Amino acid sequence: PFDTHQTYYTSTHNYMWWRSASFVLDKQQQQQLLQYDDVGKHESRLFSPTTPSSMAETIQNPNPNPNPNPNISAYYQTRAAHHGVVTSDWLAQAQAAVGRDRDDLPSEISSKSNDPGKPFSVIDEFNNWRKQPDLAEAVAAIRALASVIRSSEATTMMELEIELKKASDSLKSWDTTSISLTAGCDLFMRYVTRTSALEYEDFNSAKSRLIERAEKFGEISYKARKIIAMLSQDFIFDGCTILVHGFSRVVFEVLKMAAQNRKLFRVFCTEGRPDRTGLRLSNELMKLDVPVKLVIDSAVAYSMDEVDMVFVGADGVVESGGIINMMGTYQIALVANSMNKPVYVAAESYKFARLYPLDQKDMVPALHPIDFGVPIPSKVEVETSARDYTPPQYLTLLFTDLGILTPSAVSDELIQLYL
Amino acid sequence: MDQRRTSRLIDPKVRHVGFFTPAAPPDSLPPPVSVSPSGNSLSPVMIPPPRHASDNLSSRAVGVPVPASTQRRSSTDNLPVGSYNPSESLLGTSPVLSPSSNLVNGEFSEDSANWIRRSNSGKLASSFPSGGFDLTAASEAKKVQGVSEKVGGTVVGVANDLPSSSKPLKEKTTKANRRALQESQRAAKAAAKGGAAPAHEQQVGKAVKAASHKKDGPLVTSSVAASEKKGGDRPPEKDRKKDVPLPRMQFDDKGRVEKAKRRAVVKQTEARNRVELFRHLPQYEHGTQLPDLETKFFQLDPMHPAVYKVGLQYLAGDILESNARCIAMLQAFQEAIKDYSTPPEKTLTRDLAAKINSFVSFLIECRPLSISMGNAIRFLKAHIAKLPVTLAESEAKASLCSDIDRFINEKIVVADKVIVRHAVTKIRDGDVLLTYGSSSVVEMILLHAHELGKNFRVVVVDSRPNLEGQALLRSLVGKGLSCTYTHINAVSYIMPEVTRVFLGAASVLSNGTVYSRVGTACVAMVAHAFHVPVLICCEAYKFHERVQLDSICSNELGDPDAISKVSGRVDINYLDNWANKENLQLLNLLYDATPSDYISMIITDYGMVPPTSVPVIVREYGSEHLLI
Repeated sequence: PFDTHQTYYTSTHNYMWWRSASFVLDKQQQQQLLQYDDVGKHESRLFSPTTPSSMAETIQNPNPNPNPNPNISAYYQTRAAHHGVVTSDWLAQAQAAVGRDRDDLPSEISSKSNDPGKPFSVIDEFNNWRKQPDLAEAVAAIRALASVIRSSEATTMMELEIELKKASDSLKSWDTTSISLTAGCDLFMRYVTRTSALEYEDFNSAKSRLIERAEKFGEISYKARKIIAMLSQDFIFDGCTILVHGFSRVVFEVLKMAAQNRKLFRVFCTEGRPDRTGLRLSNELMKLDVPVKLVIDSAVAYSMDEVDMVFVGADGVVESGGIINMMGTYQIALVANSMNKPVYVAAESYKFARLYPLDQKDMVPALHPIDFGVPIPSKVEVETSARDYTPPQYLTLLFTDLGILTPSAVSDELIQLYL
Repeated sequence: MDQRRTSRLIDPKVRHVGFFTPAAPPDSLPPPVSVSPSGNSLSPVMIPPPRHASDNLSSRAVGVPVPASTQRRSSTDNLPVGSYNPSESLLGTSPVLSPSSNLVNGEFSEDSANWIRRSNSGKLASSFPSGGFDLTAASEAKKVQGVSEKVGGTVVGVANDLPSSSKPLKEKTTKANRRALQESQRAAKAAAKGGAAPAHEQQVGKAVKAASHKKDGPLVTSSVAASEKKGGDRPPEKDRKKDVPLPRMQFDDKGRVEKAKRRAVVKQTEARNRVELFRHLPQYEHGTQLPDLETKFFQLDPMHPAVYKVGLQYLAGDILESNARCIAMLQAFQEAIKDYSTPPEKTLTRDLAAKINSFVSFLIECRPLSISMGNAIRFLKAHIAKLPVTLAESEAKASLCSDIDRFINEKIVVADKVIVRHAVTKIRDGDVLLTYGSSSVVEMILLHAHELGKNFRVVVVDSRPNLEGQALLRSLVGKGLSCTYTHINAVSYIMPEVTRVFLGAASVLSNGTVYSRVGTACVAMVAHAFHVPVLICCEAYKFHERVQLDSICSNELGDPDAISKVSGRVDINYLDNWANKENLQLLNLLYDATPSDYISMIITDYGMVPPTSVPVIVREYGSEHLLI
């Protein structure tokens, strides 16, 4: 009798699906997509060569939507530029990226942007910082905001705060799909302006205090990855097999440190479609002499048997303690959960966002075109969302620079940070 | 904080023990018969007379989860072990602020503080409030004290009890004079209070006195008679007791119920056939007490008409929704405060607090308090206690009234607005929202989302006997929302097409358990089974630090007739006149507890949080409720 019920409900579902919210939402998106198609090209470009021009636009435009190609979220354009998406000339790029000196702090860049005469633009500054391949978007934003304070000509605390608010708003609107950018800006505002410095008599000393705090925050955020890597070393034991998904700089840092600590482990890398970031990770790990095996995204369940733990990064950590991350994380977490394998998330605390998605569709969609290699008939729908939401019950622990947290502790931290 | 509270409360009691010790042993050996035999077998004093013991055992088997429950029930032990008790919040102000402790302790409060430091047993008890040994010691002390209060001057009776309680006895030979001082103060107080005293008896006396009474065993006859007469003895006792959460009234404890009834303003008839698991909850036969109360209207001197009116409304079931109940109560208190004038030779903070207590106990008699009301009362009492003594009466009253207004505004009205603002972000076009029963804040959410032009459908699920959902339905349909109305029987049928479940709550407890209208758990579980997110909308003032695992130990029983009869259907008369059949037990539960596993999100005035974050909010903002 149970089975019949089951089928009954399923059929009800099928009958009803076209009335459901997700369908309505999909349809709207589809229509938008079609509109864009009418306007112009629908070729899937993985690389976005438009970043410089968008920068130029931003400078002229006070509150722009800088995204010239609405089919791909700005967030993923940035990622594509940073992570070197695998194309034919991928290897050359990766080599170039490795060759670059990562630790040169671009003080000259920031000083350059402070040129007198040229009006200071936070977006400009942000983009300068953003060029560093190793610097997370949020950290770039934090640094840019710090230089807003530095170059500000405000004479009262109130003015300065307003200026800062404006700068952070324009940064946030630069890319609304990036969770860490928004969260990082919010946290910066919280951390920097919520201080007794505001009660200083002298504006200049107050300002220098603010700058001090801003730089400290920038420093903390910058070092977050190292802290996380250190914290997570205890969890990687000799002989273990780690499954990773996509390319996350934090996860890479964790694995790199483990390799440097002479731990013996092997890594399964998922391919990470559509931008195939997993391939890049496998390449990087190979250089560290870590045994790597590439698995296509659909082989996760097949290989889960051999896996001892799953390590993923996160685009954003939400209030429930769940994460928003690259498409595919949810299903990996589900498979891991059903096989009782731990799922660890490495995420810096500036990715903690005051969001609370209830289900997969309850997010600002970040779109990413998919290159199927063959032309897709226009009547066939393509799911272009680039990320999914993994609920907290499928996560074991979160490694953050605040410490190792259970998913439920995230909300505790968020409440303390924001309320 | 609990620790501190305990120590403050326990110590004065241990002190009495200490005082009596030296005098007691010589002449007191024979009487302890009532107490010591059982005391020897287990913990010295804790074991109540046999009949009660059996009572306790049976109710324990029922599964009251607090380990100390027997003790709490059987003695006057007020340790805040599990702060279960709805009345705890109203009668227990925070100790530091409590006006009453000042009132009684008056000048000896300082040395009592010293005394705390010296007293061994007191310290033990306070540092391990739930430890078995200390608990017994403390309750022992307390019990003795309770007895002594009862008997007042009849020291002999008290002394009789003492030998059995061996531990705390050694200290304080020198405290005799202090004791004397206290006695004299008490006498003075009694004289001053005069008429007011009997009224107060009702509230605290109910639980506390009844308990200590029954324990006295042989003493009862003399001491009770004495205590009945000398109401003067009570106010101080009551005031001290007020600091602690009162033990929850266990309604399967016959002795206590008898005692409580004698004092009750509202003469309710106990329902005869109560369901075994729920015997510890009060249940009355409805419809008998209203006329009786009406006739008493002019005799109830201390009761303010506004409070009286609200009480009757609770009793008659005219105000059901928990926010409405809380607001009605606060506004009645406001009226009462406006009309209040301090009697000569009294201070406002103390007398008014006592007054509020008497109001509250009246309201409890009409209907057990909800947790939200308890929190509101706690807030009000904290404010009364905080009033500077120097403040003129009119100013104090004005300040209290504005405090109440602010509480209603900030914690309920504005909080609701914030919740609505958060919740509408979770409603998308094409959604099908399900709600159960009638929650004012859910109604606001739905209406607001409709105003915003969102395109969604509502399923209102309802249940007998209250059918509150129909009122909600009326308001929604009136505003043009498209609605479906069904009863809870059909919830599993309707659930597949639902995309969100919005529910209200009477309270959210520290472990994320949602305490709400009965049926809520069922709806939430069905929704969970269908992977439909369940959103609980609840103002943060309804949060409580208590933890509850089931719906049994703390709940409320409604009128059993409500489920045995169907209004408008005379043909369904199978149960007519069966209500008193020995083998028929009708259960009309009013609340249930939904485990946090079935809840996706709690929307409060502090934003949208997972159920695991309730303790964070209670920890960070719990005290704020009292201090805004």
